[in-house]
Amino acid sequence: MLDHPALLTIAINEWLDIAQLPTFFAAVIAILTVLYTTFHRKGRESFKIREIAGLKAVEEAIGRATEMARPILFTPGWGGDIQRPTTIAALNILSSVAEKTAEYNSQLLFPTHDPVIMSVAQEVIAESYSRAGYPERFNIDDTTYVSPSQFGYAAAVEGMITRLKPASVFLLGTFEAESLILAETGNIAGSIQIAGTDSTIQLAFFIVACDYTLIGEELFAASGYLSKDKSIMASIRAQDIMKVIIATVIILAIISTFVVPLSDWWKF
Amino acid sequence: MARLFPQIICGFFGVVLFVLYFLKAPSAKSLYLTITSDYWQIIFAFALLVGVASFIRVNIKKLSKLSESPYVITGLLGLFAMPVMALLWGIKGDSPFMWVFENVQVPLQATVFALLAFFVASASLRGFKARSLPATILLVSALIALLSRSDIFGWFGNSALEFSEWVRSYPSMSARRGILIGIGLGSVTTSLRVILGIERTWLGKDR
Repeated sequence: MLDHPALLTIAINEWLDIAQLPTFFAAVIAILTVLYTTFHRKGRESFKIREIAGLKAVEEAIGRATEMARPILFTPGWGGDIQRPTTIAALNILSSVAEKTAEYNSQLLFPTHDPVIMSVAQEVIAESYSRAGYPERFNIDDTTYVSPSQFGYAAAVEGMITRLKPASVFLLGTFEAESLILAETGNIAGSIQIAGTDSTIQLAFFIVACDYTLIGEELFAASGYLSKDKSIMASIRAQDIMKVIIATVIILAIISTFVVPLSDWWKF
Repeated sequence: MARLFPQIICGFFGVVLFVLYFLKAPSAKSLYLTITSDYWQIIFAFALLVGVASFIRVNIKKLSKLSESPYVITGLLGLFAMPVMALLWGIKGDSPFMWVFENVQVPLQATVFALLAFFVASASLRGFKARSLPATILLVSALIALLSRSDIFGWFGNSALEFSEWVRSYPSMSARRGILIGIGLGSVTTSLRVILGIERTWLGKDR
């Protein structure tokens, strides 16, 4: 007959994926760090966030559109859906952009390939226009679903940029091969372009073709940077703490490979 | 209330999916797949109706604009004609649906994709200007990488190829990994903000 510890071991082996344990512990550390910085008083103490040129230029881009009486185009790319954190980050930036376009009374176009993103974006923009005090300026038809096909979407957005010549183009989200097609078209149209993506391959194209590019975590920090919300800023601090932890582990791993060449404690 | 209910659903499923990810029991794996795949398809199907309705409404409004009407008519024609053809003659190999797909949609997609080649050239021309020391290093590295891959006469031998491999494997890869760590951490904190209800922008208006 099996005793209790043996039964527990069998249950753990049958239910828990032991291979995922390091990921589980890393996730728990991340959750605890975010909870600490967000809900603990000391963690929420004000701190300075470095200037991000691309986000500083948001106001300039919207002001330019108002002066030129041309629309602003914001698109989240073809590669992502609403489940992706990059899309959520892009929608957070969209919220701040929409609030300013409402104040300046500029037209904000939002073409997308995904009907779920379209529905969420319509809600986000409507909320931003209400927050700005101009709900009547919101036009639901400016947030459109164009095509689920990658190059169908690229052709539709490219056509909009070519015909409407937007003063400012925001390419923020998950982009694939369509990134350069859109960025170069915006460049030819003379638009001021702010871009950011989680794809390192497409980042290179954006750096070359756009005026400002949000690199890496800058895209995710944008929400706190633009809204100045203390809770969101605190989670950016959590990001920095985790970065320090990862850097420390990497440095310790490098030192240990010099000291004990066969050591592999850091492999998981 | 309009924002509270979706937030509760989001937080609940966020926690459930987090726990299920670390379980290996077949029932847990099956539930994980059902939530991430089947539930998602149901939501998408309903949202697609909203998307198509929006597409039709926006394009019908644009019909009066002479400059946009050719594109609008083509778009609407495609939207209605394809399902009609699929329903009447099916979507098998020799059906009209497949003929239109292979002879209209595929060439159109290939044409847009082909634009990329020209845009790569124009973007490279602008990017590879030796305006500063980092830009010059980038230009020289790019030239070596380009020549090593197109060394048709064998003038550069293995050294250029080895150098370009070194650039890709070390300086380029380390920069890429640095960016990827930042993106990973950003994704984690953004997801946690949504699950914990700190980030509520995606919920839209509270009516």
